[in-house]
Amino acid sequence: MLSLQNIQTYYGNIQALKDVSIEVEEGEIVALIGANGAGKTTTLMSICGITPPRFGEVYLDGDPIHELSPEGIVKKGVVQVPEGRRIFPDMTVLENLEMGAFLRTNKRQIQQDLNYVMTLFPILEKRQNQLGGTLSGGEQQMLAISRALMARPRVLLLDEPSLGLAPLIIKQIFEIIRQINKENNTTIFLVEQNANQALKLADRGYVMENGRITLVDSAESLLANDEVRRAYLGI
Amino acid sequence: MDIEYFLELFFSGLTRGSIYALIALGYTMVYGIIQLINFAHGEIYMIGAFVALIVAGVCTIYGLSGFAILVLAAAIAIIYAAAYGYTLEKIAYRPLRGSPRLSPLISAIGMSIFLQNYVLLAQTPDFLPFPRLIPSFAFMDPVAHIIGSPELVILITTLITMVLLTLLIKKSRVGKAMRATQQDLSMARLVGINVDRVISLTFVIGSVLAAIGGVLVASYIGQVNFYIGFLAGVKAFTAAVLGGIGSIPGAVLGGLIIGWSESFAAGYFSSDYEDVLTFVLLVVILIVRPAGILGKVRKQKV
Ligand SMILES: Nc1ncnc2c1ncn2[C@@H]1O[C@H](COP(=O)(O)OP(=O)(O)OP(=O)(O)O)[C@@H](O)[C@H]1O
Ligand SMILES: [Mg+2]
Repeated sequence: MLSLQNIQTYYGNIQALKDVSIEVEEGEIVALIGANGAGKTTTLMSICGITPPRFGEVYLDGDPIHELSPEGIVKKGVVQVPEGRRIFPDMTVLENLEMGAFLRTNKRQIQQDLNYVMTLFPILEKRQNQLGGTLSGGEQQMLAISRALMARPRVLLLDEPSLGLAPLIIKQIFEIIRQINKENNTTIFLVEQNANQALKLADRGYVMENGRITLVDSAESLLANDEVRRAYLGI
Repeated sequence: MDIEYFLELFFSGLTRGSIYALIALGYTMVYGIIQLINFAHGEIYMIGAFVALIVAGVCTIYGLSGFAILVLAAAIAIIYAAAYGYTLEKIAYRPLRGSPRLSPLISAIGMSIFLQNYVLLAQTPDFLPFPRLIPSFAFMDPVAHIIGSPELVILITTLITMVLLTLLIKKSRVGKAMRATQQDLSMARLVGINVDRVISLTFVIGSVLAAIGGVLVASYIGQVNFYIGFLAGVKAFTAAVLGGIGSIPGAVLGGLIIGWSESFAAGYFSSDYEDVLTFVLLVVILIVRPAGILGKVRKQKV
């Protein structure tokens, strides 16, 4: 469904991604793991058109999307929950959710989705008139995921959703991600440093080092892989 | 102290202040979104006044009444200013997006000088008389020594403009897009907002406000030249910084503070000090509260 082919992304003269190719099939959960600075965030930003690749292509269902603007890519149904959540701090929870549906026009469907995310995360309903910047880290992550869902994504990109959260909250968030994938058949591409949790959730995984993909395998095989265990699972 | 004199100064300060606020909004909205001080903003105000002058001249030939001329002149001035603001951003700032912060700043100063000289050459270096387009209302006669008809019209116009602006920003779809872009530009792009369009719109709105201010001031003061944008621009910019640049209520508050302090300083001491006072105030505020009165100390983004 989502296909990255030999992506090379640069920041000025510095090459951050070197020949990255990734395939994500419809309905799959795929994890991308790697150390700090490996290029995971850059990969997601390249897919979303924020740092478009200088060389290489990105396809969605066989259609090239790497030359589209970020809003064109959102329109195609590729939506990101970025690293650090990036909640609009001076907008209310409700306004943040509305912004997620910015490109949609069907009021009734938007209301439906609003109800849906509030059943996924009941806390958001309680906090709906509170400013986004005043939410706790966990609540912000829930809002960030919900805001992305408000765009009705076909492919949901998540950048380190577990960052800085307590183990219990992480468990809850990962459970919800699985639920989103099951209930709506939403394809999930998940970036994580928390390799253990991510690979337990995912069907397949990619390992990235210094801007290159060094390993691709099923999640189980990666969890059993000695190198992965040593480098990313701390075993 | 004489209460009527005090009230007269109060209203004259309020009138000036509301105009400064109108112009300050343009600085603060642009700064809020792209962290650029648009030094050419005062020139948009000046161009608004000049276009109104030309339209008024033509209309007078056709024998229209004062108020009709004011409305028509303002409408055409607004359209011109909006076009200038839009074009300014497109040719002078957009190509420099992503370059070091100093580059667009220098470009802004360049555009300011260019526009001043363009009007200087196309028109004249002298002050031109601007027709008194704001009529005197009979019902204002009993209080005319405290607040005149022109002041009333200016106050009501700026008030309506600010209420409309607030509604636009708070409630409308584009207003929400503007706020989102101001709070986190690349996140705004990630939810599908076309931030280039939002930035253009911000320049257009700021220019419209400046043109309204330009027309009001010109018909109040009664004369214009190519240089009026400079001093008004500097004062409005000071107002924006004073209130906290990037903050919309801050721009209004800053404008009013400067308007009042000028008016009271001129009324109770001497008009020699009114310009100096503006900058003394600025320095004091920047020492006590560097982010401005209502400005936020931006937290580092994670
Ligand atoms: N805006 C930028 N300008 C220049 N270099 C950048 C920029 N953003 C990222 N980089 C560089 O690109 C490389 C990849 O960064 P990226 O943020 O994609 O890593 P990451 O895998 O997401 O790391 P982390 O796990 O810490 O989030 C790093 O070497 C980083 O220094
Ligand atoms: Mg990252």
